[in-house]
Amino acid sequence: MTARREPPVSVEALPFWDATRDQRFVLPWCIACDAAIWYPRATCPRCLGDAVEWRDDDGGGTVYAASVHSKPGPGRDADDGPYVVVLVDLDAGVRMMSNVVGCPPDGVAAGLRVAIDWEPLSDGRHLPVFRVLDRTA
Amino acid sequence: MGRSLRGAAAIVGVADAASPTGELETRGRALEAAMIREALDDAGLTLDDVNGVCCSGIATGIAEYLGLHPTYVDGTFVGGSSFEVHVEHAAAAIATGLCDVVVGVYASTPRGDRRLGASPASFGPMGPDVAAEWETPYGAMMPMTSYALAANRHMAQYGTTSEQLAQIAVDARRWAAMNPRARYRDPITVDDVLASPVIASPLHQLDCCLRTDGAGAYVLTSEERARDLASPPVFVLGAATATDHWVISQMPDLTVTPGAISGPAAFAHAGIGTADVDVLQAYDSFTITELLHLEDLGFCAKGEGGAFVEDGKLGPGGSLPTNTNGGGLSYTHPGQYGIFLLVEAVRQLRGSAGERQVPGAEIAVAHGCGGVLSATGTVVLGTEATL
Repeated sequence: MTARREPPVSVEALPFWDATRDQRFVLPWCIACDAAIWYPRATCPRCLGDAVEWRDDDGGGTVYAASVHSKPGPGRDADDGPYVVVLVDLDAGVRMMSNVVGCPPDGVAAGLRVAIDWEPLSDGRHLPVFRVLDRTA
Repeated sequence: MGRSLRGAAAIVGVADAASPTGELETRGRALEAAMIREALDDAGLTLDDVNGVCCSGIATGIAEYLGLHPTYVDGTFVGGSSFEVHVEHAAAAIATGLCDVVVGVYASTPRGDRRLGASPASFGPMGPDVAAEWETPYGAMMPMTSYALAANRHMAQYGTTSEQLAQIAVDARRWAAMNPRARYRDPITVDDVLASPVIASPLHQLDCCLRTDGAGAYVLTSEERARDLASPPVFVLGAATATDHWVISQMPDLTVTPGAISGPAAFAHAGIGTADVDVLQAYDSFTITELLHLEDLGFCAKGEGGAFVEDGKLGPGGSLPTNTNGGGLSYTHPGQYGIFLLVEAVRQLRGSAGERQVPGAEIAVAHGCGGVLSATGTVVLGTEATL
């Protein structure tokens, strides 16, 4: 199993990481702009407003770009084999980096529909990753 | 002192925050955002008016957090007087029309940070470590992952091929063969590039820049003094900056770099078009980087970079001599390659590039690209004949 380089917790993302303990995927939204924000910030990058609230999200998205890494990156062992790093355009309108797991890395390409999944971290948090939802998309 | 600086720029909004307790509730980027918001309110301006950002850290990081895409940034750090230095630079920039509205910001909360036990790294001028929290856990290798994703997206969107990218590495090597100090000088073929190990698909090892020691410097002076000095002067005809994001997952469109803004702006300052460029030095951290530059600078249309390069026009004898020292792909790449773009452009315009001299070169472009396709600086240079 991969020994991931575990993410630090920034103050502004505390509610995000707390929700992952229950495998809940939440996104910060600017109330004034009615738009999701990613990565989590205390102020909206559209209007600088600080009225930000956390909303549950269904974690659906589409792969925007993908790269199969055959040489192990940080926190990875060569024994883990290739893995795919992706940018996912969430249906909520923001883009995040992640991995698509549970399928051959070479099969992951732009346009693929994916759904949120979770991998456990050592401190009870979970890391959001994605699984293939529909290969025909 | 500059003749045009006096009265050319004015401070129109201010804000500060402090408390008798010695501590503030808001910290870090949020505090910076609050200060900027208050200062803009004081000026009667909004975020949309801002096209310049100054801070004593990584200006691009603050800009990304705030959702700004400034065409003027200044992260000069000289200690506590950084902000006065920023005003001097920004006033000169405004005086010459490089930007219109600049915000300068500072926030530091050492007392609160110590009491709350927060890591100072989250709140200092460098801001939170966005990459460590949102990219590195996925095994992202910096910078390869970012460029690999951009290459993958360009291929998915425009049908660009690995063979086309490989030709860029082949042409860089052809130039390097004529540079005695180049790290690699033996010729390579497209097949050699494709046969080299895939580091992060679709990029092969020979699509990636070198890792070498290296150093460079330049001296810039006024037009008047330039004419009396030892070497033929190379004049700055135009220059422009553009920034877009700091980490790759914040880049709005992975096929368009900020060079699409800084390139045309610098060309407009210089009063030139792409057809006037005799020699191009454009930051080739990866083959995909070079391809994106060619499109964004306007040498070909967006999406057509692959077809544009595949005839070898970037190499010796080609119609667009590019990275004539062998570039970051074959000459040298110590980490921040941009200085070598300027040095080689100057040598070409002086006619002192030796075996690799482009005959009759009068106009050169040095196009730098920093971070992960994050920020570009385009400089148009010309000989005395071009003034």
